[in-house]
Amino acid sequence: MAKLPKPDELIKSIDWTPPEKDWMDDVPPDIKPGRFCYPAKKNILEEIGFPNPRDWSPLDEDWKLPSNYREIIIEGMKDRLSKYRSFKLFMDICVRCGACADKCHYFLGSGDPKNMPVLRAELLRSIYKGELTWQGKFFGKLAGARKLTEDIIKEWFYYYYQCSECRRCSVFCPYGIDTCEVTMMGRELLHLVGCNTNWILEPVRNCFKIGNHIGIPPHTIKEIIEYLCWDIEEVTGLKIEVPFNKKGAEILFVTPSGDYFAEPGIYTMMGYIILFHYLDLDWTMSTYASEGGNFGLFTSHEAMAKINAKIYHEAERLGVRFIIGGECGHMWRVKHQYMDTATGPAPKNLETPRSPITGTVFEHAKSTKMIHVCEFTADLIAHGKLELDPSRNDKYIVTFHDSCNPSRGMGFFEEPRYILKHVCNNFYDMPENTIREKTFCCGSGSGLNTDEFMEMRMRGGFPRANAVQYVRDKHGVNMLACICAIDRAALPTLMNYWAPDVKVCGVHELVANALVFPHEKTGERPRTLDMRQEPLKPEEEENA
Amino acid sequence: MGAVFALVTVLAFVIVVYVGVGVAGLKSLFGIVIPYAAFLVFLLGMVYRMIDWAKVPVPFRIVTTCGQQKSLRWIKRSRLEAPYNNFEVVLRMILEVFAFRSLFRNLKAELKGPNLIYGSYKWLWLGAIAFHYAFFTILLRHLRFFTYPVPEPIQILDQIDSFFHIGLPHLYMTDVVILAALTFLFLRRLADPKLRYISLASDYLPLFMIYGLVISGILMRHFFKVDVTQVKEFTMGLVHLKPKAPNVGVIFYIHLFFISALMAYFPFSKLVHMVGVFFSPTRNLANNSRAVRHEPAPWWKKPKFKTYCEWQEEFKEQLIESGQPIDEDCYEKK
Amino acid sequence: MHDAGKVIPGIIAFVLFVTLPFWSNFGKAAPKPQPEIPKEYKKCVESRDFMRREHMKLLRKWRFDVVRNNMRIYINSEGQPINMSLQNECMRCHSSKKKFCDVCHNYVSAHPYCWNCHIPPEERKGWATKEVKSLTEEASSKQPASHH
Repeated sequence: MAKLPKPDELIKSIDWTPPEKDWMDDVPPDIKPGRFCYPAKKNILEEIGFPNPRDWSPLDEDWKLPSNYREIIIEGMKDRLSKYRSFKLFMDICVRCGACADKCHYFLGSGDPKNMPVLRAELLRSIYKGELTWQGKFFGKLAGARKLTEDIIKEWFYYYYQCSECRRCSVFCPYGIDTCEVTMMGRELLHLVGCNTNWILEPVRNCFKIGNHIGIPPHTIKEIIEYLCWDIEEVTGLKIEVPFNKKGAEILFVTPSGDYFAEPGIYTMMGYIILFHYLDLDWTMSTYASEGGNFGLFTSHEAMAKINAKIYHEAERLGVRFIIGGECGHMWRVKHQYMDTATGPAPKNLETPRSPITGTVFEHAKSTKMIHVCEFTADLIAHGKLELDPSRNDKYIVTFHDSCNPSRGMGFFEEPRYILKHVCNNFYDMPENTIREKTFCCGSGSGLNTDEFMEMRMRGGFPRANAVQYVRDKHGVNMLACICAIDRAALPTLMNYWAPDVKVCGVHELVANALVFPHEKTGERPRTLDMRQEPLKPEEEENA
Repeated sequence: MGAVFALVTVLAFVIVVYVGVGVAGLKSLFGIVIPYAAFLVFLLGMVYRMIDWAKVPVPFRIVTTCGQQKSLRWIKRSRLEAPYNNFEVVLRMILEVFAFRSLFRNLKAELKGPNLIYGSYKWLWLGAIAFHYAFFTILLRHLRFFTYPVPEPIQILDQIDSFFHIGLPHLYMTDVVILAALTFLFLRRLADPKLRYISLASDYLPLFMIYGLVISGILMRHFFKVDVTQVKEFTMGLVHLKPKAPNVGVIFYIHLFFISALMAYFPFSKLVHMVGVFFSPTRNLANNSRAVRHEPAPWWKKPKFKTYCEWQEEFKEQLIESGQPIDEDCYEKK
Repeated sequence: MHDAGKVIPGIIAFVLFVTLPFWSNFGKAAPKPQPEIPKEYKKCVESRDFMRREHMKLLRKWRFDVVRNNMRIYINSEGQPINMSLQNECMRCHSSKKKFCDVCHNYVSAHPYCWNCHIPPEERKGWATKEVKSLTEEASSKQPASHH
């Protein structure tokens, strides 16, 4: 694995001035360790039936592409140009105004000019022009056109796996050109010739075959959750049994499998369990549809739908009334923008979500029948259905990281903030140009949160971390709350590198900390520990 | 490199017209054939491009939300930045098309020591909006050559534009604005290394063609005068399909050639953004995909996936061991 | 075609907009401006082509020379001295604003401000008739414009 530079070295190495040499002459890219993910293993590709399974490395001279790779890619491109208006339009209308140039976190952190969204798209656009338009064929470089070569495939692989599909650029684009769409198409094309990454495709394989990214079989899921329930007992004294595959339950709860077993995601998972127990909710988890997340989204539209389809299938089998989805970024992009169209309509047994506690009908989800757990909880708080003691989170000074997908794919800003403001006393937002629709990616989104990609992750995460540093220095922030499982996996590493004294949590971890159970009120068993089994009030502990 | 190419091209245009009209006297070619052909190319080309895009479906609702969604009743939603229905989409598009809303958001990132700073940076917005509105006003003003009697609004527009009564004929404000805006848009491509790096010849060419168009127009109005009555007789002849090339200075033919070149170039270049922006699926759709079912594209096939029953068969032992229910329906169905 | 309900009206709107000059003139005869040329005079102060192109600049120069520099005599390209005066020189031959100036100015929608101060011949004739009163009112209601 590549050696990671120290933070100050990394900052010094950032230079946004592009080289003198024209980018069209500057292929193949200088492929550097720490800036690419390992290729998908041969057996993984074989198992999911993807083309050209083989052993290779991006550092090799010969990538062992199929001999007719040119035809494959060009045909694939034509096919997608006839299927996705977004792709065709975005290939045609960019004026290279440069508004997006300094909006990409990977560009800000690396200074690599091909990480400017405009140029990232141009890598594909130039081939579209050069191979498929008469202007490009006739005027060549003058029209920004190139011919497809093996070097271009390498360049695509390098840069379409240095884009986290965060869509920040598309907020600023005067035509709404969305690099995420371009990257998605770039990756789909790369799959056709067998250039893809293991970190994405192994979870996809696991999802197809077993039911979740990590490949946890059903009995293990139950075991893991039972462990969490023991921890919950430790903290709250409550004996909770989580229902699995329960037919006739009112609600199916789906959440990313990352939160089943890894810190700090497990605390968020515990938070859900405690909250649902508090409400005495008739809910169930599924060990079949055990994945809310969807690495298929980072693979292809087809893979995304294939993974997502299980949720409706399971909701139908179990006969639930509606679905609640946990805190997760890309999962919610899928649920909000793709689920209904790609895998719907929702099964007939599902109804417009209606909170059994408050009676609120979630009209905005009347077709998908799926709501975000934060929508559910914010509604509970607004109706005064939760007794909360925000002082239990007093040791935390909290800020909130808007995850890319809920922000720019849903418009999900106020719900989590509303919750945070009710469950903790110290909440400070980061500077306005780094939050909400202008939020920065954690640097590891879209299936890039792998160790071998660490340098690029730290570079891409720099803008986010820098904004955290700002509120840490100004307000003493020590807790970064988020609503995304990839964030919970990636941000601790990022904070460790850039802002070591800031921890990461999910919103529902803080909810569970603040939630006051009746038996706690009577003094039977007052809460002294938080979800992490650390003292709620450290100073008092020391004094005692 | 791209800028040089564009400059040479535009100068070549001038020479071609100068030789063609001034020396060879090909007034009908440059005055009638080329403008008509260019207009046809523009009209048919643009319609073709729009139909070409429309033939491709929009399979998914990939709205880019820049504001609060509609969810709980008591959360204030952003109608313009996360439109929930078509009416709100129309409002969003009006802001986008007429006010360049997204460009107005522009920020400029700076790395100061160890800190990233994002300052508001509206210059690009200002340059773009000045350029587009000036160009649009100039186009509308030119309707005085294509209408008789000239409608009152066009006359008023003309008088407002020449409000300051500088020189005679009066200097138009839009002429000054468009020159300034063009210069800004050109210089920023040269001055910012990032922009220089991304700029192609096809980014400079339209700028230079419009430069040529504007400068030839200004020269014609203020310096190399032509008989404007004859010009109007000609333009009215064009729209009545009875054209007769006018006996006026070459400068007029240069001006006419630039607009013809621009029209012909339009449908095959990045300039199609003019109509393309209306098609942008991140802006022109409502963010209501959980409330309303949107049918998938005709080509979309629901995926095949491992059904519960298949899965249960595979993991039956583990399910039983760990005390998870076995769905008997799987067997009844068989 | 997809979204035909939105795209087709859009295309129609586009086509209507860019072809506006064609259809808005459809069926209307193209008028040819025919200013009344004085019969008794053969030559203007400069050549006819020059006057058609540059009369506005010439008049502007005259205005400056007279008002600001107190010069009254213009020497034309043939060396003849000319009295720089719109009302007394130009209008001597072009005796009708309506039939001469206005014909082309209306045609190309030019709005010269000569007549903000100067009195066109038709109006001057009116001073001697019964219409004096109404014309005085009209004249006084006009905003006096300065020579810039």
